[in-house]
Amino acid sequence: MGNNLKDAQGRPVVAVTGMGLVTSLGWGKAANWAQLALGRSGIRTITRFPTDGLRTTIAGTVTCADGHPGSTPELTFAMARSAAEEALIQAGMTESPGFPGPMFVATPPAELEWPQRKALFEHPSGEGLQGYDRLLAAARTGDFKSMFETFQFATVADHLATALAPRGLPVSVSTACASGATAIQLGVEAIRRGETDAALAIGTDSSVQLEALIRFSLLSALSTRNEPPQRASRPFSKGRDGFVMAEGAGVLVLESLERAQARGAKCLGIIRGCGEMADDYHRTRSKPDGTAIIGAIRNALRDAGAAPEEIDYVNAHGTSTPENDKMEYLSLKAVLGDHLEVTPVSSNKSMIGHTLSAAGAIEAVLSFMMIENSLLLPTINYDEPDPDIPLDVVANAARRGIVRTVLSNSFGFGGQNAALVLAAAP
Amino acid sequence: MQRQRAAWVTGLGIVSSLGEGQDAHWQALARSPVAAAKIDNSSHAPYAVHPLSAVDIDRLIPSRADRKQMGAWQRLGVHAAGLALDDAGVAGNEQILEYMDLVVAAGNGERDESFDARLLDQICALSTREAAATLNAALASGLRPTLYLGELSNLLAGNIQIVHKVTGSSRTLKGEELAGFSAIEDATRRIAAGQADIVLAGGALNAERNDLLLNYELADSLWAMPFAPVWERSRAGGGFVPGSAAAFLVIEASDHALKRGARAYARISATTSDRVLRAEAGDIAASLRRLGDRLPIGQADHVLGVLSGASGVEPATSEEYSFLKDWIGVPQQRASARAYGTLLGHSVEAHFPIGVALACLALDRNGFFEPFEDNALEVPCTVPPERILVTSVGHWRGEGLALIERVDSSARMA
Repeated sequence: MGNNLKDAQGRPVVAVTGMGLVTSLGWGKAANWAQLALGRSGIRTITRFPTDGLRTTIAGTVTCADGHPGSTPELTFAMARSAAEEALIQAGMTESPGFPGPMFVATPPAELEWPQRKALFEHPSGEGLQGYDRLLAAARTGDFKSMFETFQFATVADHLATALAPRGLPVSVSTACASGATAIQLGVEAIRRGETDAALAIGTDSSVQLEALIRFSLLSALSTRNEPPQRASRPFSKGRDGFVMAEGAGVLVLESLERAQARGAKCLGIIRGCGEMADDYHRTRSKPDGTAIIGAIRNALRDAGAAPEEIDYVNAHGTSTPENDKMEYLSLKAVLGDHLEVTPVSSNKSMIGHTLSAAGAIEAVLSFMMIENSLLLPTINYDEPDPDIPLDVVANAARRGIVRTVLSNSFGFGGQNAALVLAAAP
Repeated sequence: MQRQRAAWVTGLGIVSSLGEGQDAHWQALARSPVAAAKIDNSSHAPYAVHPLSAVDIDRLIPSRADRKQMGAWQRLGVHAAGLALDDAGVAGNEQILEYMDLVVAAGNGERDESFDARLLDQICALSTREAAATLNAALASGLRPTLYLGELSNLLAGNIQIVHKVTGSSRTLKGEELAGFSAIEDATRRIAAGQADIVLAGGALNAERNDLLLNYELADSLWAMPFAPVWERSRAGGGFVPGSAAAFLVIEASDHALKRGARAYARISATTSDRVLRAEAGDIAASLRRLGDRLPIGQADHVLGVLSGASGVEPATSEEYSFLKDWIGVPQQRASARAYGTLLGHSVEAHFPIGVALACLALDRNGFFEPFEDNALEVPCTVPPERILVTSVGHWRGEGLALIERVDSSARMA
């Protein structure tokens, strides 16, 4: 009795007892699953701002019933709050006065956007002044205090803390496109240390604003296959030409399995292992020999105490950039060896785009849903396999299959790599 | 519970308006009066900033290509990180760097101010429709592609990985002052629990930029009057003077440090933090009192030094003042506080790492800093403190306290 409460290293087993999801396909897990299982895409033409003259005009934007709230941090917060509420309801944790543990939030950059800059510039207080002197004169009037509260780096996590009342100081994390996985890892580590028996891990990102779109475009990272939008994100296929920016949020309620069992909560799965390794090669490219990605995956397997052969399915980072997908294949091959040939792989980004800071958390939620439903979500737009990437891609349509253990990869700009080993409830 | 290991600080890298390195900071802070503060009142008038001293921040970044890809904030942080690694005796030690973990507290990097100014001038003269088209065209053709990489929060860490080869893991925490606190806390907790052996943690701020001033002035947070020390500013509504600075610490498990013969400055013996909504007057002080009760301070059997990270912004600063005055018993003989922001300015994400670095310096050199102003907290300290409390009260959000203690001289060196 109780033997399954500690892992092989004597640490508390970390269970997932609640999950929430928002993507361009909808708000809530059920709405998303219905679409994803059919291989539908949430990528669409951007209408939030004019895209005249831009090379990329598509994204996986999230739409709100009452319109866009006005800025990246506001939508980032709204999605995370909705997904967190869904997760807490599932976990049966809405009764207590607040969430009984710390909160780790992966968030996008926070910076004034052009509409805000323009509003400051046009304020009459700055008349006769130039540039930033004029913006500062407007700021001094005190008329823009709400702008301050919206655009601090701590804002999204702080507003979530007000809404959800977690314990202690909320932590905002960025490891670029690995942030969501890092937020989960921070929660897992806190539970394993015995500091807490519950933690909230959130990944949320609503970066589809003009300047961010252009900046990724200038780095030649984005797909320019604008027509039709639904066909642009094509991980592992020969014609892939970049990722598609997208928005969304994923939330996981993490608990020690002991606490979950004691309160009779349903265990949706366990976070069996986490691994990281940073690259020292280049700001946007990984080392040609893949050592950092390989190291992150190996560290995750080691942390999980899992043999490569135990991996039943790989939820790939699969961004649809020429570079990522090739490197990810080579790294998987290096770690899983021959076992890779019989391991199905898919990328949710083919349907929901690249949700950046949120991706690791969203993909963890989807991985657990695949385990629960014995259904592997597809990689759509896979009609011309890249011959250099001989993977068993779950092509175009969902596939039935029993999955107990998933490897989920997240690799970030800046060489920050994370991998998670996610498993069915014991 | 798992075994708890002591987290020692074995390397320091500090750069600020006072100069570079331990000696420059010790001399300025321990011996000079407040007049030693370096302040630029003109470049960003009516705001003052503590400008970075004339140090060669590219000395440890040999590749010109690397430097070109970085913003000033990143170069400053990469430099301080290099100083810390060097000080800890691990610079270039690939065997250790390969498993060394990195935790960085960061905001974001510098915008191209003249580009922003030109573009605002252009679009504000146009109709909405024309403005949108102009904005798209100008951004798509005028932004330097690599500028984004110089701005992204996690790319300070990315550059430390590339330049210094710290590759065990890399995490960037965001969220103003308390990001700096969380970075040190994450490193300390992982070491205590055996989840890490050696961690490089810290942050950097380039204060000499209008886009940063704008961000904080939106909430009327800047001090725009003639220079005044931190605590005194509450009488005139408060405000902070941004200071360019960076601090990185090598934090190491004591057994790991002993095994490689590394020397300890001090140990980080406790950290505790919270975030209250600050809805009512007194909420911040109450939060600090609750945190203080969690620290193993008890009745003072040793002299307690306090290095306060108070920013000068109200109401955070006067509430911290009342907390320190009432709770710690300052100004009784055995405790004495210094708001180091008076001399260095406020360095937001880097501010708490700097406070911890200064605490390590004082404990290592067996002394304390001279008072920076004349009040009930900053009383002279005649006996060197054995323990230093470092406070981090965010100018807008978050409260954190850390206790840094002397390592027994018998144990501190292998």
